[in-house]
This record gives sequence, structure tokens and C-alpha cells, in this order.
Amino acid sequence: MMRLDRTELCLIAAAVVLAAGGLIAPGWLVFLLTMAFAKALVVQGVVMQMRAGLVSFGQGLFYCVGGYAVGMGGHFFGLTDLAVLLSAGVLAAMLLAMVLGLLLTRYRDIFFAMLSLAFSMILFGVLVKSPQLGSTDGFNVVSWTLFGWSPGKDAAPTTLLAVTLAASLAVALLLYRYVQAGVGVLCEAVRENEVRVEYLGLSPRWLLYSNYVAAAAVSALGGGLTALAAGHIDPEMAYWTTSGEFVFIALLGGTGHVAAPFLAALVFAVVRTYAIEFVPHSWQMILGFTLLGVIVFLPKGLWSLFSRAKAKGAAAS
Amino acid sequence: MNSIYAVLIDGTIYASWLFLVAAGLTVIYGVMRILNMAHGSFYAIGAYAAASMVGWYFNGDGAALPVWGSYLMLVVCALAAGLVVGLVIERGLLRLMYGRDEILMVIITYALLLILEDGMKMVWGVDPYMAYQPYAAMGRSVLGGLKVSNYDLALIVVSLVVGGGLWAWLERTNTGKVLRAVIHDREVAMAMGVNVALMFTLTFVLGTTLGALAGALTAPAISVAPGLGVEVIVLAFAVVVVGGLGSIEGAAAGALLVGLARAAAVHYAPELELFVIYGVMSLVLAVRPQGLFGRTLVRKI
Repeated sequence: MMRLDRTELCLIAAAVVLAAGGLIAPGWLVFLLTMAFAKALVVQGVVMQMRAGLVSFGQGLFYCVGGYAVGMGGHFFGLTDLAVLLSAGVLAAMLLAMVLGLLLTRYRDIFFAMLSLAFSMILFGVLVKSPQLGSTDGFNVVSWTLFGWSPGKDAAPTTLLAVTLAASLAVALLLYRYVQAGVGVLCEAVRENEVRVEYLGLSPRWLLYSNYVAAAAVSALGGGLTALAAGHIDPEMAYWTTSGEFVFIALLGGTGHVAAPFLAALVFAVVRTYAIEFVPHSWQMILGFTLLGVIVFLPKGLWSLFSRAKAKGAAAS
Repeated sequence: MNSIYAVLIDGTIYASWLFLVAAGLTVIYGVMRILNMAHGSFYAIGAYAAASMVGWYFNGDGAALPVWGSYLMLVVCALAAGLVVGLVIERGLLRLMYGRDEILMVIITYALLLILEDGMKMVWGVDPYMAYQPYAAMGRSVLGGLKVSNYDLALIVVSLVVGGGLWAWLERTNTGKVLRAVIHDREVAMAMGVNVALMFTLTFVLGTTLGALAGALTAPAISVAPGLGVEVIVLAFAVVVVGGLGSIEGAAAGALLVGLARAAAVHYAPELELFVIYGVMSLVLAVRPQGLFGRTLVRKI
């Protein structure tokens, strides 16, 4: 029996509470939660690389691969099972990442950022010019089944929320262990000083490579879930502004805790919903100022508010 | 045979446009080590300023104003917009952020891009602007059986002048020498009494103005609408990264390479148009990670 520590129990409890809440929540809230958690998974991929000191301005690539795998699986191969569709996306993304990673792990800083951006723009360019994939309009995702059971119109959103939460929980628990395990700790060491890691006899490139592939898998899972929730996919998923949004959410949450991206994605989704309704033409401006504010005042993200409060509490007692 | 000729002409025109867009970006990176994501917005601001002013120029009381005035208007708009926006942003924001991580500066300029995109919507609205008159007035000429707009040909001359001017300024004037010292080693330059802060302001305003100029000169050929800057910036990145960040010769070489490659794709395999630009970029980077003209940096322990 695996022993769970307090954080892990908290994560499980949060997921159960949210899933139970999904049963009574109104439809728009269920949709908002599903989208927020699906996107948070993509952000986890960005955060994983940020912990190793790399900022990916092209995580939309794997988001898009995950989404298109779901869409194409249903359209061209007649697959409707949710688990099969999602795993197809994750597998496709991992294969792609294994190839691209060979090249990308040679780069750091802005070169990594730019090259990852370029790859995602290549996919965008290819998709826009493929009429059989719906070109710029994309296409609709077929309705899915779960192990042979078809949820129907009413139960589908709630079921998908439960699936998304389960996936998020699984990823969160895995990542929580991952950052404490050797690979995770070493990723931070690579960020701090890569050459010293090399002197210790380890290969930073191999570390970054496996981290890159793992991040791609997590992001593709998020992409697949988003596609299922939205019911539609288009090339915009690979456009660089989408990736910019993920970087934004990652910075908003910070890299301090595995739950931070989920929290940030929720805040992002709520603010976005209201901002688009009330001030449709200043939504990006709000984002921009928030980003500057976070960089200046909360360089470790929203999560540092919690850890700071906790540290204060510990000092007082 | 004819299509190779067409590729060369189209490619050169496109390359000259790319160079104009990318020049400001590479100058700013070279001196300040800031990869400016907001550069596309400066381009868009220049385009908007020019398009609205030219529209106003030709709409005045029915008096037939000379067309040459609109060309002057384009350049003046670019200079004014670049100067104002550059000064405000450098003095008001970036000055406070210097010394931070390169990658963090990218994110800061990304925030700037988001703010400017909506700022432009507030000032100019979301409807497209047209300023075709300067473009149409120049007419077309026939080059070896190919009809080419004279405005596009003039763009090649302008980009040659801008490139040559930048090169001469950096290599032949005193300020240029000082600037090269800052590029080479900021700290030593500072120790030698160079006013680095002033040099930064100068560079940033120059870069902004170049971006705005590119936008203003493109405005007559396109319809100016929101989202313009976001499209342009990734192209400019590709060009600059291919050529080597911070190098003006590099930007020129990168522009030519990308421009010709795209023109070839448009003529022979239109479905690869977007793919080819980033394909070239990835290929060059795979062989020369620092770009064609980039300097290799020493790893610090």
C-alpha cells in the first residue's frame, strides 16, 4: 500500500469535492471547470519545463496534437472511446516530442523559447493549409463513449468533468512525486547551474529530454480533454498566442506547488469569462497589466501568497 | 524559366519588407539583449498612424492635394509614432526592468504586446483602415514580362537605404563605435565612461521607429486591421533568429533567405507557404544554433 502524505490527501479531497459539486452545479459552471482543469494540464507541461529553467512558447503544439488526435480519431478512424482517444493523443505527442526533443534540448533561454514557438507555428501552418482537416475552421469532435457506455446529452458534461478531474488528480499526484524524485530535483539543479550538474557526472541533456517528453504527454492530455469539452478543434490551438496564454497562466500560478497551475487556471477562466462579457476590447490589456504586476510584485506567482502566509504562521507559533 | 524569374522578383520584394520589419528587432536585441515581443505592435502602431493620417489627407475638403505629400506623411507618421511610443515605453517601463533575466524580459515585452494590442483597439477601433492612394499612384511597370508595382520596387530601395544607413552609422560614426562597445561588453563600456542608459534609450527609440516605419510603409499595400502586429512578430523572429540575433547583416541575409524560400513555396507548392518559413528557421538553427551571423557566447560557470 502506497502511503500518502498530507498534500496528497488534500489533493484527493479537493478533487472529490469538486466532482461532487459538479453534480449540482449549473451547466456553465461545469463547462468552465472542465475547460479550466483541462487547460491547467497543459500549463503543468509549461511549469515542468519552467522548473528546469526553460520557457516554452510553443506548448500549444502538444495541446493541438492532443486535440487533433481526439478529433481525427473520431472522424477518420471511427474511434469514440474516450480513453482510447486521449491515449492516442498522448502517444502521438510523446512520439513527436521524442523527435523534436533531440533538437530542442540543445537550446536554452530565448533560443529554446523561439524554436519551440517555431515548431508550433509549423503545425499551425500545415493545419491551415490542409482542407481535408477543415483548414482555418477546424472541425467538430464526434460525441464520445466511455467503455462502451454513451452518456447522452445531459450526462456528458458532468461525466467529462469527472474524467477531467480524475485525470488532473492523477497527473497532480504523479507530478507531486516527480518533483520530489531524483529527476525533478535535478531539473531544478539544471536551472540553477547546468555545468555543475554535468561535473557531477549527470547528463543535463538527457534530463531535459525526458522532462520535455513527459511535459508533452501531460499537455496533450489537456489538449484532448479541451477538445472533448469544447466539441470543436481548430488550428488556433497551435498558434503562438495560445502558447503565450499558457505561459501567462504558468507565471500567474508560479512553480511553487503542484496545485498552483490549477488554481491559476481557475482564476484565469473566471476573470476571462467576466472580462469578455463586460469589457470585450480590454481583456488583453487587463492580462498585460496583471502579468506585469505578477512579475514585479509576485515573482513566485499566486501560490507564494499561500506559502508566505504559511511561513508567517510557522514563525509566529 | 519565367517562374524562377518571378520567384526572384517576388522573393526580393518580400525580403526587403522582412528586413524592414526585422531591422528594429535585431538592433534592440543587439544592444539591450531584449527580445522584443512588442515589436509587432510598434509595426502595427506605425501602420495605423500612417493609414489614418493618409486617409485624412485625401479626405480633406475636396482640394486636390499633391500625392507626394502622402509619402511625406507616411514617413512623418512613422517617425512621430516611433519616437513617442519608444520614449514612453523605455522611460516609463523598461528602464525599471533592466538587469533581469533575458527570458523574463521576453515575458515583460509579451505583457507589453497584450497591452498595446488593446490600446490600439481603443484608439483606432476594430474596423479596418485603407490607405491605398500612395500605392496606386505609383503605378506599375513591366519587368521582363512581369507586372510589378512600383511601390514594391521602391520598398526595395528604402530597405537598402535603411540597411546601409544603419551599417554606416554603426561602423563609421562615433556614436556607432560607442554603441558597438556597449554591445561587446556593457560593463566595461560603463567603466570607460559610456552613458549606457542614454545609449539604451537611443537604441530603443531607434528600434521602435524602425518598426513603425516598416508598418507605415506597408500600410498602403494592405488593409490595416487588429491582429496585424501579432502576425508580423513571429515572421520577424524567424528572420532575426536565422540571421543571428543582434546582427544587421544577419537580418539582411535572413530576410533574403526566408523571402526567397517563401516566394518559391508560393509559386511551386502553395500549401507549404507558412511551413517553409519556420522550416528554414529550424534547419538553420539545427546546423548553426547561433544563426548565420550570430556570435557564440562563452558558457559561464
